Amino acid sequence: MNGTEFNWSEFFNMGGYAFYVWTSYGLTFAVLVLNIVQPLMQRKQTISRVRRAIRREAMKTSSTQEPLES
Amino acid sequence: MWTWIHRFASPPYFFAVSAKLVPWFATAALLVGVYGLYLGLFVAPTDYQQGESYRIIFIHVPAAWMSLFIYIVMAVSAAIGMIWRIRLADMVAAASAPIGASFTFIALVTGSLWGKPMWGTYWVWDARLTSELILLFLYFGYMALQSAIEDQSTADKASGLLAIVGVVNIPIIHYSVVWWNTLHQGATVAKFDKPSIDISMLIPLLLMAVAFKLFYAAVVLVRARNELLYRDRNKRWVREIINSL
Repeated sequence: MNGTEFNWSEFFNMGGYAFYVWTSYGLTFAVLVLNIVQPLMQRKQTISRVRRAIRREAMKTSSTQEPLES
Repeated sequence: MWTWIHRFASPPYFFAVSAKLVPWFATAALLVGVYGLYLGLFVAPTDYQQGESYRIIFIHVPAAWMSLFIYIVMAVSAAIGMIWRIRLADMVAAASAPIGASFTFIALVTGSLWGKPMWGTYWVWDARLTSELILLFLYFGYMALQSAIEDQSTADKASGLLAIVGVVNIPIIHYSVVWWNTLHQGATVAKFDKPSIDISMLIPLLLMAVAFKLFYAAVVLVRARNELLYRDRNKRWVREIINSL
């Protein structure tokens, strides 16, 4: 950079390979974000599912309720 | 050692400890990843042959390493689950598959995007690319068996067996550039003499590899925790945790 200001447009141009470089980085970023979001949503889903099961069992009378596995 | 392993493999204990580990792995992954990207995109010099296009290396190569690393973790976990009946090992294997498939996908797509300007084609059916594609299908096969088989222990056995048999593909991928004539270049880092890559490019490459490993550690724990909650959903300890949330 030889003391001059950093050239952002040159940086984004990637020596003419902008499409290949930034598509690579963009797709990678998207896949990683998906890998963060998906398990967090799955966690919420599982918890609410177990909650519903607990409520359903609580509504049954205790005589018909199956014992929980320990 | 054994008592420690058994204690860690006890579901409630793993659930408590992993919750504490996830934020550390996640933060470390972010810090190392940002620093690695900074060095790779801003500091590392232009390649004299490939120009700026080579900067794809900083995600392509670490992602390809991860695709192999996670597969080995998955197969070893599946084997441990089969031999010693440690349920947690089966859960780690199941949790690893989608992450491994993601990194394999990244390696294939970034490789393709790098191949176009350098080789003139997005895809060739050569040994390295084909064996990596087979790796993706092995991950998909594992995931399909997991979700298709209703009984969990049967699903673990069937998918685990596929994972273990599929390990033969790992050395094929690694040595494909040696055994066959291929467009893909040979190893530049993982070889016995000095790596044939400049230190200013090697450091960001290794940093990105560490960042991806830390990312995997965080995500595999979150996923294994989900598996655990789901598989033990009828057990008292899960009910107690969920009631207390």
